[in-house]
Amino acid sequence: MNTVPPTIAPGWTRPHLLGLEELSAAEIGHILDTALEFKRLHTIGETKLATLKGVTVGNLFFEPSTRTKTSFSLAAKRLSADTVDFSSAGSSLSKGETFIDTARNIEAMGVPVMVVRHSTSGAPYLLTKHVNASIINAGDGTHEHPTQGLLDILTIKEHRGTIAGLTVVLVGDILHSRVARSNIWGLTKLGARVIVCGPATLIPPYIERLGVEVRYRLDDALEEADCINLLRIQAERQRSAFFPSIYEYAHFYAMNGSRVKRAKDDVLILAPGPINRGVELTPDVADGSRSVILDQVTNGLFIRMACLHLCYHARNQAPMVRPGISPIVTGASLR
Amino acid sequence: MSTLLLKQGRIIDPASAYDAVGDVLIRDGLIAEVGTVSTIADSTIDCSRMIVCPGLIELHAGVRDPGFEEDETTVSATAAALAGGFTSIAAYPDTQPVVDNRAAAEYVILQAARAGNCRVFPLGAVTRDNAGAELADLGQLADGGAVAFTDAKHPIQSAEILRRALEYARMFERPIFTHPQDATLTANGVMHEGYYSTRLGLRGMPAAAEEIMVSRDIALVELTRGRVHLMCVSTRNSVERIRSAKEDQLGVTADVAIHNLLLTDEALQTYDSNYKVDPPFRSSEHVQALVEGLRDDTIDAITSDHQPYASEKKDREIDQVPFGIVGLETLLPLSIRALIEPGHLTWPQLIAKLTWGPAQILGWQNRGTLAKGTPADITVIDPEYRWTIDPARFRSLSRNTPFAGWDVRGRAHLVLVDGEVRYAAE
Repeated sequence: MNTVPPTIAPGWTRPHLLGLEELSAAEIGHILDTALEFKRLHTIGETKLATLKGVTVGNLFFEPSTRTKTSFSLAAKRLSADTVDFSSAGSSLSKGETFIDTARNIEAMGVPVMVVRHSTSGAPYLLTKHVNASIINAGDGTHEHPTQGLLDILTIKEHRGTIAGLTVVLVGDILHSRVARSNIWGLTKLGARVIVCGPATLIPPYIERLGVEVRYRLDDALEEADCINLLRIQAERQRSAFFPSIYEYAHFYAMNGSRVKRAKDDVLILAPGPINRGVELTPDVADGSRSVILDQVTNGLFIRMACLHLCYHARNQAPMVRPGISPIVTGASLR
Repeated sequence: MSTLLLKQGRIIDPASAYDAVGDVLIRDGLIAEVGTVSTIADSTIDCSRMIVCPGLIELHAGVRDPGFEEDETTVSATAAALAGGFTSIAAYPDTQPVVDNRAAAEYVILQAARAGNCRVFPLGAVTRDNAGAELADLGQLADGGAVAFTDAKHPIQSAEILRRALEYARMFERPIFTHPQDATLTANGVMHEGYYSTRLGLRGMPAAAEEIMVSRDIALVELTRGRVHLMCVSTRNSVERIRSAKEDQLGVTADVAIHNLLLTDEALQTYDSNYKVDPPFRSSEHVQALVEGLRDDTIDAITSDHQPYASEKKDREIDQVPFGIVGLETLLPLSIRALIEPGHLTWPQLIAKLTWGPAQILGWQNRGTLAKGTPADITVIDPEYRWTIDPARFRSLSRNTPFAGWDVRGRAHLVLVDGEVRYAAE
């Protein structure tokens, strides 16, 4: 077991990963390269590295999640970290504790890295002002899901060699999708052309100003696409009049066999999941030759290893001073 | 008979279009003379380099007493008001219990008398419990001292209820203050709907939600010949519609919150809940329209829309915190920053929006003016005093402001109520 693999390039300075919006193309490249190196080490049998030995990673999931949480837990374990899980159900949150207090308590137990999922946009950002720990955003409201964006990009890059010049179509509920925003920032920074496609009710205003094109019919974007990323649609949106029915949605936006045929031969089909078979994509497409859905899941692990590794070590190099936003008892007042 | 002379200030009295350096003589709590005064007074205060004007009037402020004393009390709110230059504030009825009955209105007045700072006038609820369903006892509220009716930040969704309220309130010559907002379009919203809401992934509140209700309220005024005062208008089309309603001589007035002139939706990028206000910070083209509305008197008054909240309510995830910021102690310097420094308004125009403008909305002839024989509620402003906004020094119990650390100029130097000095700056 290596402590820190010598092949992992130094130079990463951010203690937190809050979103892809704030990263430069070089920083995104840095994470991708680190993830690829972890993947290479894994394939040559280095399945457990020691870079986070003795470190405890907290999984703070204030919103339910199965696969992202599992992926982060596994990533931490492969770096020899211990993990502690916190989920809001049955916790002190239900006793009225705020999520900031929860995080401060967990930090006080000696947890220097926190993976945070929250239903409120910006919640991980808020935490960075109240705790010293590295904060890794595992999805905040309808804002960003940076590790998902990174694993999508890594998967595309593995299959196509480069991101620049590709046309990537994001399909579905753009308005409520944190995956869409992270994809948009990451892909456009790396030089891809991004088209967002969905019902007009689910395309947010001014989305073009993020550097993307808009199409309302999947059929109008199909032939240009090098990659199609099918975002999860939530059936409950129907009740808020965002679309008339799942049946109507699937008619216009489901990726099915006939749509795959009209697309480029080498088109890549991605989906962040969990997928509704028959809604976002039909089973033959999900399990078909163009689908890279399981590659995404595999890459997710290496992306999360990279993020945990880079952010933890950046934090250790430049420990931050806790800003005094809500001091409880200071040393001075105890004298 | 006791006399007090405010000497050699720049006297600005918008009600009489007076703007000249001179003296104000106060006798037994009333304004006795304005201009060059030769009388020898019992005491004299030098006001050179100061502006002497009617006491500022806040049309709607959250006082939070009774029920939410962790946010603010009548004592702290009125101390904050005095320090901000206000001699009169009207208090939102969204307390616990709601001011929807005469006893509650009288309690507001009683608490203000106990505090002994500035005047506090109750705003009565339009509907019972501010719930929007049944009319409150408007007549008895008026008898108990309510100067206007409002459901505070709860927009009245039923046109039928507002119609009846307008008709009924006419009997008592009181306006209805509305928060124009279609709640179906703003549900769960935290900020202006636009580019930044898209980018930040925060639920938006479209400008149309306000404009729909501004149009509706104007139509109901036309129907009922009642009086509506639109609180905190924030969009370009709102200003446009109010302008045309005024051309039609309808009973419509409006105010703007000072913070809506200084910040835009861009500020939300920090996800700081101190930028969560209702109506939300809009984009810059709306701000320009609001300034234009003030200049041509489409907008009659400026408010701080003071909304104090204890830190445990504001230091949270942005979608769980209440809307609003504290404003009584920062309105004056922020008005100078937003309107005087860029040359949008002259001093007399600004003072009008803070004194005679609000007084006219409330139908007052004897406040917001320096007319002879009226109560000597006077604010002496030091327009050049430079300071840095430090919430730790607020008299308000709450600290929720996005303006902490701003370097500003101008403050209340001296505040008189009934001719008595109630506040003097250090």
